[in-house]
Amino acid sequence: MTPEVLTLSETPWLFTGVMLVKIVVAFVATLLIVAYATYAERKIIGRMQTRMGPNMTGPKGLLQPIADGLKLFFKEDIIPSQSHWFAFILAPMMILAPAFISISVIPFGGDLQFTYDGILYAVPMQITDLNIGVLFIVAMAGLGVYGIVLAGLASNSKYALLGGIRSTAQMVSYELAVGLSIVVIFMLSETLSLRGIVAAQQLPLWGLDSVSFIPNWYIFCQPLAFGLFVVGSMAEINRTPFDLPEAETELVSGFCTEYSAMKYALFFMAEYANMITVSAIATTLFLGGWGGPFFGWINFLIKVFAFMFFFIWIRATFPRLRYDQLMFLGWKIMLPLALVNIVITGIAILLW
Amino acid sequence: MAANTETMTINMGPQHPSTHGVLQLILELDGEIVVKATPHIGFLHRGIEKLSEHRTYHQTIPLTDRLDYLAPMSNNLGYVLAVEKLLGITDEIPERVQRIRVIMAELTRLKSHLVWLACHALDIGAMTVFLYCFRERECVTDIYEKVSGARMTSNYFRVGGLADDLPNGLEGDIRAFAESIPEHVEEYEGLLTGNKIWQKRTIGVGEISAEAAIDIGITGPALRASGVDWDLRRDNPYSGYEDYDFEVPVREGCDTFDRYKVRLDEMRQSARIILQALDKLKPGPTLADCPKIVLPPKQEVVSNIESLIHHFKIVTEGFKTEPGEIYQGIEAPKGELGFYLVADGSAYPFRMKIRPPSFVNLQGLPQMVEGKLLADVIAVIGTLDIVLGEIDR
Repeated sequence: MTPEVLTLSETPWLFTGVMLVKIVVAFVATLLIVAYATYAERKIIGRMQTRMGPNMTGPKGLLQPIADGLKLFFKEDIIPSQSHWFAFILAPMMILAPAFISISVIPFGGDLQFTYDGILYAVPMQITDLNIGVLFIVAMAGLGVYGIVLAGLASNSKYALLGGIRSTAQMVSYELAVGLSIVVIFMLSETLSLRGIVAAQQLPLWGLDSVSFIPNWYIFCQPLAFGLFVVGSMAEINRTPFDLPEAETELVSGFCTEYSAMKYALFFMAEYANMITVSAIATTLFLGGWGGPFFGWINFLIKVFAFMFFFIWIRATFPRLRYDQLMFLGWKIMLPLALVNIVITGIAILLW
Repeated sequence: MAANTETMTINMGPQHPSTHGVLQLILELDGEIVVKATPHIGFLHRGIEKLSEHRTYHQTIPLTDRLDYLAPMSNNLGYVLAVEKLLGITDEIPERVQRIRVIMAELTRLKSHLVWLACHALDIGAMTVFLYCFRERECVTDIYEKVSGARMTSNYFRVGGLADDLPNGLEGDIRAFAESIPEHVEEYEGLLTGNKIWQKRTIGVGEISAEAAIDIGITGPALRASGVDWDLRRDNPYSGYEDYDFEVPVREGCDTFDRYKVRLDEMRQSARIILQALDKLKPGPTLADCPKIVLPPKQEVVSNIESLIHHFKIVTEGFKTEPGEIYQGIEAPKGELGFYLVADGSAYPFRMKIRPPSFVNLQGLPQMVEGKLLADVIAVIGTLDIVLGEIDR
């Protein structure tokens, strides 16, 4: 007789406890990855650029992110006298919070089963499985824009203003392309739940048994959507070659020109948190989430890190686009391509 | 109701990451489009021209290091050639000196172009090229250090010769470096030339026609990229440049991309010239035989009364020139670097006027950027290859 498998929601106190543990673990893990993503970026780019990267603080410079954090923490926190102080303080939080919240709907592993009091419980490796998970992520990405706009406006500096304006235009236009590029995923999986999408990708490719060794990852049947998503999300998280809002050589530091100390650090944490989120989403939507040869969350992390490496690699290779070229790419190339992709996929689904 | 629009004036510089020093640009922006660009210069003015009026001819050489501090030996060369011309000893310069001067001038061109490419690429966002270029530039600074003891302010040339001969074994280092240049240029081209983003950022950006360039007086690679075949090394040779076989790269595109290509081709040609000069380099004296102008060797000062007297006279009061005025222009990495000397017969120049290429080339900036985007201003500043040390003097 197979034991009965229950979900936790039937025992409220256990549910609450496990939920808190999951939140803390996911949050701390993300924070750690954020800290060491900066280290990894500096080391990897250093290697690509024939230099060392951090190597003095701790063994192989491993304590560098902590030293940086401490330094920024103890720096004087300057609020320019002509700025709008409330918006100025609010902006970094506005940009950081959505970046972290998005993590909550991402499944990073299969069900974890354990027995308690003679009953077998199944715990999903996901903070919450929203049935509109993807919409939630898109919404949170949209909220992130406010942080940058507020930072640009509140600083009362022309460079910050230009950075803010650039960023608004950029993120709004690329959100459209990114949003449309992932529509095809819902059309194929017929669900908006990230968990459901990953489950759909565990099946063999196109339901064919002859190629059962290839999983049905959506990257194989939707390579165009994948490309659009990766390019578009690079633009959304302001990574090279789309780092115009903070184009150092043009706008000094863009929207964060006037920021200092921990508020400045918050912007950078948000940038890296966004990078993790985007990598996690791409992994979930296109690369089969936690599916793979190893234990669930290890597969997931490997794929996420591979994406982050890709983003870092791009940064070491490409120059920066110009503002008008960026808009051209977003509206006149990526958006139509995403629409065409939807139409083709729709026809294909109708026919088969 | 019509929207109420007005332009925004922003101060770009003198503290800005990509104005290459202390250039200040007052930009009038309509959104991101530049309506008007006004360069303000003078933040780095040190009065080198005026200072030289109170120094003997030799004492001015270290000042010229600080003109275009990315290409110090070219400045040294231009100045010593001008003084030699004033003294009428141009023909007495030994052959070895000529060769070494050419080698050093071309190494300097490489050094200057490497820094230019590094900063230009960084401005446009390609960070890796910056570090690759600085890796090669390091080799030139090492060579500088070996010949002159200083990595940037070389002060190596003297009126009538050189401060010292090349140290032992340096010729091999220089040859190895020059031979590696074509390979490295390929590497930079691999990262940039075919890159779509690089092409989009540079092709058709900062265009200036040949007529406009000549009207302003633009020289150097910026002029040659506008289709004007003019290079002083070939068209008005000095220091024995007529002995070398090299091409002058010319392109017709008038834009940032072609200026980039011209400079890269120049780097290849410079390497060629260095190798030819090394082949022709023979042992010989490194100072001209002009006892009243050139300091005698230390050994002779303590053993020979004539030398002691010359040494004393040159050190205490310098050498006098005939009254007159001359102009000597050389093809510095950034364009025509000219020294105009007016002498009144004393040991000091009555007036020295420097024609720095960057100063003249910068005047092309407003018409190259007006009507373009803010990001193009950065690309154009980079492509003009300006150094504020020689603009402000």
